[in-house]
Amino acid sequence: MLKAISLSLLLSCSFGATAWAQEPKMGGWINAVIQPEPPGLMLAQIQNGPTQMVSGNIYEGLLRYSKTLEPLPGLAESWSVSDDAKTYTFKLKSGVTWHDGKPFTSADVLFSIEMLKQTHGRARTNLVQLDKVETPDDTTVVFKLTQPFGPFLGIFEVGSMPMVPKHLYEGTDYKTNPNNNTPIGTGPFMFKEWKKGSFIQLVKNPNYHVKGKPYIDGIYWQIIPDAAARSVAFETGKVDVLPGGSVENFDVPRLSKVKGACITGEGWEFFSPLAWMWLNNRAGPTANKKVRQAIMYAVDREFAKDVIWNGLGKVATGPSASTIKFYTDDVPKYPFDPAKAKALLKEAGYKGEKVRLMPLPYGETWQRWGEAVKQNLIDVGFNIETIATDVPGSNQKIGDWDYDIAFTYLYQYGDPALGVARNYISSNIAKGQVFNNVEGYSNPEVDRLFAEGANATPDSKRKELYEKAQKILVEDVPVAWLLELQFPTITNCKIKNLITTGIGVNDGFRDAWIDK
Amino acid sequence: MRNLFKRLLKNPGGLIGVVILIIAVIIAVAGPWLFPNSPWRMVQRPFVPPFTLAAVPLGTDALGRDVFAGLIYGARVSLLVGLVSTLVALIVGVPLGAMAGYFGGRIDDALMRFTEFFQTIPSFALAIVLVAILQPSIYSIVGAIAIVSWPPVARLVRGEVLSLRTREYVQAAIVTGQSHSWIIWREILPNALSPVIVLASLMVATAILLESSLSFLGLGDPNLISWGYMVGAGRTVIRQAWWITVFPGLAILVAVLGLNLIGEGLNDVLNPRLRKDSR
Repeated sequence: MLKAISLSLLLSCSFGATAWAQEPKMGGWINAVIQPEPPGLMLAQIQNGPTQMVSGNIYEGLLRYSKTLEPLPGLAESWSVSDDAKTYTFKLKSGVTWHDGKPFTSADVLFSIEMLKQTHGRARTNLVQLDKVETPDDTTVVFKLTQPFGPFLGIFEVGSMPMVPKHLYEGTDYKTNPNNNTPIGTGPFMFKEWKKGSFIQLVKNPNYHVKGKPYIDGIYWQIIPDAAARSVAFETGKVDVLPGGSVENFDVPRLSKVKGACITGEGWEFFSPLAWMWLNNRAGPTANKKVRQAIMYAVDREFAKDVIWNGLGKVATGPSASTIKFYTDDVPKYPFDPAKAKALLKEAGYKGEKVRLMPLPYGETWQRWGEAVKQNLIDVGFNIETIATDVPGSNQKIGDWDYDIAFTYLYQYGDPALGVARNYISSNIAKGQVFNNVEGYSNPEVDRLFAEGANATPDSKRKELYEKAQKILVEDVPVAWLLELQFPTITNCKIKNLITTGIGVNDGFRDAWIDK
Repeated sequence: MRNLFKRLLKNPGGLIGVVILIIAVIIAVAGPWLFPNSPWRMVQRPFVPPFTLAAVPLGTDALGRDVFAGLIYGARVSLLVGLVSTLVALIVGVPLGAMAGYFGGRIDDALMRFTEFFQTIPSFALAIVLVAILQPSIYSIVGAIAIVSWPPVARLVRGEVLSLRTREYVQAAIVTGQSHSWIIWREILPNALSPVIVLASLMVATAILLESSLSFLGLGDPNLISWGYMVGAGRTVIRQAWWITVFPGLAILVAVLGLNLIGEGLNDVLNPRLRKDSR
């Protein structure tokens, strides 16, 4: 498709080439869209997408991650791992202060970890293998693990483990602490004002610990509830930044043609959203492996990528996105092949039993995708009935295993132990929850491979285990993988260096500057 | 009745309305034989403009589905929902109104308070809530539309019955000891029918609009294509592809206009005073 080609050309040339060539200029304000309005900004307690996007400017983590997911210094300036891979020593940056002027020390790190274990679900799971934390001096933190945990260096991103000020939170009720409304962090921007339903204003932190940064004076996060109005705001120049997912997909080609608009798909490498369809492995036709394989052959995923996602993204080959560690494409392949799908259905003895399909109620793009997949499946002989729900209804049905096929997408957080294993290991089958192994897939061999993969050393051993797991999973098709999603960030081209890491916009605007 | 139909055809507006309705019914009934392909099928590349390819005369939508096929199949859903929900509303509204008007007193009070209970809630809001709670399907949509449209029927029938009840032939029937139901069904209702017929034809039009509005908001039956759904799905790309919304929008307009013309025509024909004037 021409549209897809021109878009990817834009993607490849607009950023990168020009952005680095010039000397950054100081000053100016950036207007960015935040959608939807976040429920709060206290990142240690709320991890909604929009919260992470705004608060990534206020709070910081110990590490940041490059576009290839290598750890970069954040609040920690260096780190080392012991030979037995059970002790991690972090050297913190000295001279870092909180927005209220108090110094940031190792005591804050220790406190943050204790607090996050209570308030942050994903941090709690990430820290299961943590034995204890020691703070020999103000700028040293030592993590002792009970056993080697391969992805440990991947859990320090700001949204996964934000550092919170001990002097404001210790001994208080975290939920009702008044500081939740006026968040204090160490980040490049300070919270100034939140006019509900209108905007969130952040101003430059003059004492930021990276000298000379940030370059801009501040950020207005504009809250514009209507999708069409958001597009218009960008077209008229009222806002300069449309973060990924803030406009509908079909507006992307039009907006990318606006004069002076730059578009990039980068900045999501750490999250790597992967879309798939849950297939109920317990009951109904989808309990049969052959039927599940038939679904993989029946769905035209290239079409979905080109037409529904306007050429953005990548057809998924298996449970890991290609940006995730230990990804392999040396797995069974499922090209679009309706004839093969029909043959498999015949072999499986499928006789036209009704199969319920539940699209994701996240807006037009997902509705259209549901309709396209439904037609693909009908074409090979499935008897499909679409079930329409709202978000709570969809979550409830999926959590209660009351579905046959259901769309979803989840973040993968850079490492199979953090973002992939959770959807396939049998110990993660728990009725009533939505983002675990809701398909009910259970394979002792896969369980073993994922369990050993998390704790094996060195990385070459992990790679071997995870590649084996991927091969088995792709053969078994516990869920039908669709696309590695790309949420393009659209900016006014005069804004430079907005996205410099694999965390993208969520990593804050510390490097951004405006070319006047 | 045959006489009535003839007179309707002599009324210019009524004639146009009847022609439109007959065409719509033919399309709805025969459409699937003429176009065996499902309207959901992706037949061409997306966003083919209208009048460029003979195979897809009205162009394709955002997924490459034939807009013309969508119009044909959409006619079925719109007409079906319009007729069935009106029928259900009549089945509920006419007996309620007749009983209230005929018996009067406490029965009237009770039934009218019950009717007012439904009338105080804005009908479209009530329909949205009902469909959202029951999950969108053709049954819940027909049910919701029927529930919000029967109260005016009941009130109209009650008013007619109240006035007819005092007529001498009704009094005579009561005196001769006829049963209540016989009197209502054989003496009163046939004479109260004309305004109900007019109202019903307008209700079909309203029901089509209601169904389109629900589908537009994404509360249509996800397994059936309808005009409202097409407008709703095309609305988001209206700046790139006007034809996806315009054609189903025109279809709704024409269908509703046709039914309204029939309603107006019937009103003229059935109203004895107007009839004299027109002659």
